[in-house]
Amino acid sequence: MEDFVYFFTFQDSSIAFVVIGIILLGVGSAYVGTYSFLDKKALLGDAISHAVLPGICVGFILAGEKNPLFIVSGAFISGALATFLSSWLNKSTRLSEDAIIASILSIFFGFGIVLLTIIQKSGNPEMAGLNQFIFGNAIAILESDVYIYGGLAVFIILCLTVFQKEFSLLVFNPDYGRAIGFPMGMIRVTFNVLLILSVVIGIQAIGVVLMAALLITPGAAARFWTDRLGVLVILAGTFSAISGVLGTYISFVIPQMPTGPWVVVFLSIIALISFLFAPKKGVLSRYLSRRIYLRKTHRDHLLKLLYKGIEANKPGLPIAEIHEAFPFQKTQTKQSIGNLSKDKFITQNQLVIELSSTGRSEAKRIVRLHRLWELYLNEYMNIAPDHVHDTAEKLEHLLTPEMEELLESRLNFPKLDPHQENIPRD
Amino acid sequence: MSFDQNAFLIIITAAMIAISCGLLGVFMMLRKMSMTGDAISHAVLPGIVIGFFISGSQRGLEVIIGAGILGILATLVIDWLRRKARVQLDASIGITFTLLFAIGIILINLLAYKVDLDQECVLYGEIAYLPIDLWLTKSGLNLGPRILYLSLLNLILVITFIILFFKELKVTSFDENFSKVIGIPAGLINLSLMSMVSYTTVSSFEAVGAILVVALLVVPPATAFLWTRKLKLLIQLTIAIGIGISIAGYYLAYFFDSSIAGMIVSVAGIGFLASALFKSKSFFSRFGTSRTSVSFEKTV
Repeated sequence: MEDFVYFFTFQDSSIAFVVIGIILLGVGSAYVGTYSFLDKKALLGDAISHAVLPGICVGFILAGEKNPLFIVSGAFISGALATFLSSWLNKSTRLSEDAIIASILSIFFGFGIVLLTIIQKSGNPEMAGLNQFIFGNAIAILESDVYIYGGLAVFIILCLTVFQKEFSLLVFNPDYGRAIGFPMGMIRVTFNVLLILSVVIGIQAIGVVLMAALLITPGAAARFWTDRLGVLVILAGTFSAISGVLGTYISFVIPQMPTGPWVVVFLSIIALISFLFAPKKGVLSRYLSRRIYLRKTHRDHLLKLLYKGIEANKPGLPIAEIHEAFPFQKTQTKQSIGNLSKDKFITQNQLVIELSSTGRSEAKRIVRLHRLWELYLNEYMNIAPDHVHDTAEKLEHLLTPEMEELLESRLNFPKLDPHQENIPRD
Repeated sequence: MSFDQNAFLIIITAAMIAISCGLLGVFMMLRKMSMTGDAISHAVLPGIVIGFFISGSQRGLEVIIGAGILGILATLVIDWLRRKARVQLDASIGITFTLLFAIGIILINLLAYKVDLDQECVLYGEIAYLPIDLWLTKSGLNLGPRILYLSLLNLILVITFIILFFKELKVTSFDENFSKVIGIPAGLINLSLMSMVSYTTVSSFEAVGAILVVALLVVPPATAFLWTRKLKLLIQLTIAIGIGISIAGYYLAYFFDSSIAGMIVSVAGIGFLASALFKSKSFFSRFGTSRTSVSFEKTV
């Protein structure tokens, strides 16, 4: 608890710097990552984040110490090389995109490991700090680092905000962009530069192996809550910032813990919650709305069955006959009967079920919609009468009163449907 | 530069690992699942750590079982995210493997004093220690390097798997719907291929590191694919590349005094990029000739 208060009141200015740094880089990479997620190029971020390792090592060898400027430039150059190579391979060979990305990723990483072991054996005392770039250690961020990494993050965020229209064109419809005269090639290059920069600023705190999560996960999670780009980006940034701060807190409390994995775990928890419980798109809510819909359609079909009974001069149907009409759906049928009698649509007299007056008008409405739609398909779409039933069977649950009115007036209040059956009205 | 017994053992082991990975990698590549291979090799980490913790040593069967379970779990999670939660494929791969890898790293740090495993070993293994990591029987009989046996067993299993299911693998890789029609359980074949990849990852990771297994899974098949379109030739070429990079990688690593696994991958990478350059469309148009054997002689 003491740690908690100490950490979150920012008494220690170095903690304040670390937190500012991690929030900025989290928001920056989530911002870029959301765009590359929408572009369906999420794994390119993974390739770049592995591919910066050799650049970091070369930067370290040239500077002879952990100089952030050298390391950032080295990382940027090798990230850019990897991006260039993968787009070149994509254009000039017939390898599939995933094979190219996986190859580039592992080749650059393997070469990075070679350089890392060479540095290790050179006995440079600063070497210990270099390992942090693999799994990340946010606590080791210094004030001077924050200026570089944070400054770059702010630059990325500004760039994406100012050129929002251009980058939206790039991810949603590049052909249209080209047609109305935007230099899409330039925009693509600029976007790749921002993507590489966002990886580069994250390597100190998150590490090269897991940096991909910061690019991919926030956007994927936020996508479940909204369809609006502006909200999407803000949500992704918030998720990323929250996970960043929590991850930093863990590695502050338990010093030997690297930050990156914890940030990723928190991010993934947020993502999992979004996948499961987000309204509309979440697994749970889609499951529920599907069940509600299925229940409604079954109820409608049951009402229709009873109404057709009336048409055939049978005012009530025995339960056994109803069950027979819906084979293999015994539980659903029972449930529907229960629901309908609760709503007073049907009355049950011993084992015979009859429609009540409200039930009768509801059943009429469904039958009417069904037959109107059949007639519409037949007259306006020229579909043969024996082909219209299945579509009408689905659409009768969905037609709104407004559409009903429209159909009635278009078809001039018809009396008979294509099967010469009466269209019932109140 | 020397050719002693240790060098021979290291090269043999590396080549066997490279061949096992390459054989599976060919089919992964043909199914456009190279990134899934990448994801699996990251995702087995928590299984390995838990296996170590339970068995208390690297030799336990628990490690292989743990990793196998995690590898299959990873493919199932990716599939679930894609189908049920409707996350696009690249994002579901990215989310799954980063989460599982992160959990693995956290477990390593939590159990740091109880498990003989560190981050560096996971990353790039150390095949160089192979000759001193011996398999001793209880009576003290020296049977040779332990990892050599592991990778030999792995190679035998992979080859058996591929020979037994060659037809099924081929058909499911090229036309999944057709394979279903003629009664091959495509899902089951897929799952067993993934299990073989997980098992190979575990068995190789002590030697070359979990991440560099990816390179051996992807790069040799991709290089071979640039040269041929015939499946049999593709497999043969992949094997040849696996052996070639092991030999060249070992001696270059010896020369530069660096990680052997890293150097093997670097050599593979140079081979891959050189092949891509040589086989690229623009390369030949510069000489104004088509892709024929004539142009081959000219450029060489």
